[in-house]
Amino acid sequence: MRYLLVEDNAELAKAVVDRLALDGHVIDHAPDLTTAHGFIDVAEYDLILLDIMLPDGDGRDFLATHRRREKRTPVIVLTARSQVSDRVGLLDLGADDYLTKPFDFSELEARCRAVLRRQGGSAINARSFEGVILDSMNSHLTMDGRVEELRNRELRLLEIFFVNPAQIFSKSHLMDRLFSFSEDVSENAIEVYVGRLRKKLDGSAIRIETVRGLGYRLAKAA
Amino acid sequence: MIFGQKTNSIRRRLIVQLSLIAAILSFAFYLIVRVVAETAATETQDNILAASATSIADALYSERGLVNLELPYSALSMLGSISQDRVFYRIIVDGETLTGYGDLPQPASPIAADPVFSTFVFRGEEVRSVAITRPVSSGGQAVNTTTIVAQTRLGLATISSRISATAAAVGFGFFLFAIGLSLLAAQSALSPLRRMTQSIQRRGPHDLSPVKAALPSELVPLVGALNNFMNRLRSSLAQSEDFVAEAAHRVRTPLAIVRTRAEIALRGMEKPSDKKALREMIRAVDESSRSAGQLLDHAMVTFRTDNLLAKNFDLGELTRDTCEHLSPTAGLKDISLLLEIPDKPYPFVGDPILLQNALRNILDNAIKYSPADSEIIIKLTRDKTTEISFGDQGRGFGAADLGGLTKRFSRGENVADIVGSGLGLTIADVVARAHQGHILIRSNPEGSGACVSLILP
Amino acid sequence: MRFAYFALSLFFAMLMPLRLAAFEIEDSIFYPATDGLVTLQIISTADANVFEPIILEFQQNNPTINIQYVIASSTELMKAIHEEAAVFDLAISSAMDLQTKLANDGFAQTYTSNATETLPGWAIWRDQIFAFTQEPAVLIISDAAFAGMTPPETREDLISLLRDNPEIFDGRIGTYDVRISGAGYLFATQDSRNSDSYWRLTEVMGRLNAQLYGGSGDMIRDVASGELALAYNVVGSYASSRLAEFPDLRIVRFSDYVNVMLRTALIPKNAENPVEAGLMIDFLAELNQRPELTELTSLPPINPAQLRENSAARPIRLGPGLLVFLDRLKKQNFLKNWVSSMEQE
Repeated sequence: MRYLLVEDNAELAKAVVDRLALDGHVIDHAPDLTTAHGFIDVAEYDLILLDIMLPDGDGRDFLATHRRREKRTPVIVLTARSQVSDRVGLLDLGADDYLTKPFDFSELEARCRAVLRRQGGSAINARSFEGVILDSMNSHLTMDGRVEELRNRELRLLEIFFVNPAQIFSKSHLMDRLFSFSEDVSENAIEVYVGRLRKKLDGSAIRIETVRGLGYRLAKAA
Repeated sequence: MIFGQKTNSIRRRLIVQLSLIAAILSFAFYLIVRVVAETAATETQDNILAASATSIADALYSERGLVNLELPYSALSMLGSISQDRVFYRIIVDGETLTGYGDLPQPASPIAADPVFSTFVFRGEEVRSVAITRPVSSGGQAVNTTTIVAQTRLGLATISSRISATAAAVGFGFFLFAIGLSLLAAQSALSPLRRMTQSIQRRGPHDLSPVKAALPSELVPLVGALNNFMNRLRSSLAQSEDFVAEAAHRVRTPLAIVRTRAEIALRGMEKPSDKKALREMIRAVDESSRSAGQLLDHAMVTFRTDNLLAKNFDLGELTRDTCEHLSPTAGLKDISLLLEIPDKPYPFVGDPILLQNALRNILDNAIKYSPADSEIIIKLTRDKTTEISFGDQGRGFGAADLGGLTKRFSRGENVADIVGSGLGLTIADVVARAHQGHILIRSNPEGSGACVSLILP
Repeated sequence: MRFAYFALSLFFAMLMPLRLAAFEIEDSIFYPATDGLVTLQIISTADANVFEPIILEFQQNNPTINIQYVIASSTELMKAIHEEAAVFDLAISSAMDLQTKLANDGFAQTYTSNATETLPGWAIWRDQIFAFTQEPAVLIISDAAFAGMTPPETREDLISLLRDNPEIFDGRIGTYDVRISGAGYLFATQDSRNSDSYWRLTEVMGRLNAQLYGGSGDMIRDVASGELALAYNVVGSYASSRLAEFPDLRIVRFSDYVNVMLRTALIPKNAENPVEAGLMIDFLAELNQRPELTELTSLPPINPAQLRENSAARPIRLGPGLLVFLDRLKKQNFLKNWVSSMEQE
């Protein structure tokens, strides 16, 4: 996915860019509104992450202008303020959603997905491996004309495998990406979700392979 | 404005001053009427006296070289016709009293063409007298005669005291009338002020817009000052909100950097002990940011409940919106939000931002304490009261005092492992109470877990 | 020396009443009350036999008030109070003009009470003079002398009658000698004011050798005896009281006008018992509530209704107008005219 991050704090911006790049996203960073408008004019983005307090204006003004120009690109506002004072104003001005800093990237991803799904979903997020298609937008897994519904965590787990099909992911890595940091779960919890996915992938062209001592990876069915 | 208190009331001052003016005018009226009446009465008496004296003088004639007088009956009876005053007369011929009261004094200037009037005391009473001097030819030569007619002033005094009494009564009536009018005038003069007061009192708590009522020019400076003051108040409020926002921004941005960097670092770590340490760090960041957020929310909620907004909105819609916003969060744990909200309007008057915040805090709590792959049932029911309940399948509240859960910083007994400041339910409770409602916490009647309800009138 | 002084004082003290009595009185009667404490000094023109019933009835109601009733002519009464400052508590007189002059010249006290308030306006002046009778001046005739003749209804009738029948009336007409009678002078001056016919009547009476009298009593007696055929300007109340005594007497009230004399009372300025005098005035003002006294005295009390019924009745007005005929020159001229009319020879 292609993101535009409008954030004046360079350090935070760098961190967010780095963090989203880890998940394979492309991010442009605009430190102010003028730059942001410049980016929007020349490029298409899947989503805009917008800070509210910016050196050359209020993010809400950007929102208003954005909506006046009838741009459809969804905007998620990253705010550091209290929701009690800002919430209604932001949504009224046309933000699609908002997140309070600091935020959990899993949640950001979930909200992005929800926002994009609300927008009527493009097929951008569909990935295929060995004829099996993962539609992230609709949480569908299509194989041999059969469609399986995926639950949230099943989808996110499968996505990790689909982005890097050959890579082996350790249990601990998967756990970090699947569970929130507030949850205190053991690494064995991953096995539950792997088990569920294997059941759904049963009879398809692909499977989740256990690499002993290392973790799991996506592989062609034997 | 309170009666019986010595307030500096414009109304009272107006009434007192107008009454004072009325009293002065009434008194002036009384004096003028008295003077005019007395003058008129004196003139009347003078006219009759002059007529009497003239008729006497006309009746003087000369007979065999002597001046004689045929005193006309009407000359004295006419004086008796208007009052019962004593009457004196004297006719002087050539310096000798011809007839009448010999001791009746002559005027100071005995020779004058016109009647000479004077007032003096005669035989123990004040009298008004007229003297007419004219020559009468007697024995071929003119003899000077003076006719003096005098009358006591009892009738005059009676008339003037009657007129004075009438004037006093009319003056007093006028005074009372003027007081009535001044009450009305004060009322009407102050009515724009009252209108302005009412229009300001009617305003909502957040209405700091300038007063734009049509006002008399005298009130324009006051309203100008008021508007100016409200402007400053508005900007000062905005400044303090901005300050809080700025503070939050300043705190949260570094936290966000730390957290993001920590997540990135976590990806690259392999050693479980390092990972554990990083996780704990992230958790600490989350906890402090959540605490900061809730403290901020709590402050804002307290501020807003002091001046509660009264806005019309639909509770069902508000609940749906809140759930929709939190559904991605719930989704992360594969928690389903099951809404049981009948599709009909639930009109309510209150502060929608506060109520949404309350609902969000309750739901946030429920998500936090729910296990993965569970359900949260959100129900909206209305009979006498409106109840929005959130039933989860979590571990409930254990043995903690359920009523105490809404106290600040209080948390369930068995939740040490979950990030949360414990302010969520407190915020919800403050909001509920501000709307004459309350929070009901109990164990989920349908199976395990807890059920938190927001109950509104 | 000391003794001589005392004796001299005693001598003058004995002389005092004589000096006070410079005015002439006709009679003085003392009416002791049952519990007499004070003595009310009344000077009056009314005969004792007329006024006595009133005094006695008054004393019935006020048993502590003795009454000294002094009778004098109206001119003597005037003289006593106006000139000699004689001490009386009440002056009662039929001479309205003199009473008026007393009040006008400041010899009367002001007095008001509930009783005086009930008097009609014309019966009171300055709250000092109070009328208590209304006595018309009438013509009395002898029935015998008028046999076959219609009694006159107006003064014009009377003039014609006298002119046409000198043989009947010559020397048989009686009227007041206005030079000596206060009441006569009052009636005559009012007549002269009311009607031009008065002087013609006087001339006619003078030509017929009218007899002049000092009082009504004598005129009534002489008409009753037939000595007079008629008497003009007799006080009606006296005539009425004698009707039973003299059946031949007839009272004629003229229809052109009838002078009504008011008998009045006033409290002199120097009265010693003004409170008791006030009580007497109240009693007199309410005489109309005591018909039995009217019966006894023949004094007709104030009765406005009766005057309204008789349109010819003209109560003589109290007030300064009455002073006119007391004017020295006026009186002198009037009497001169009267004498020349009455004594034509």
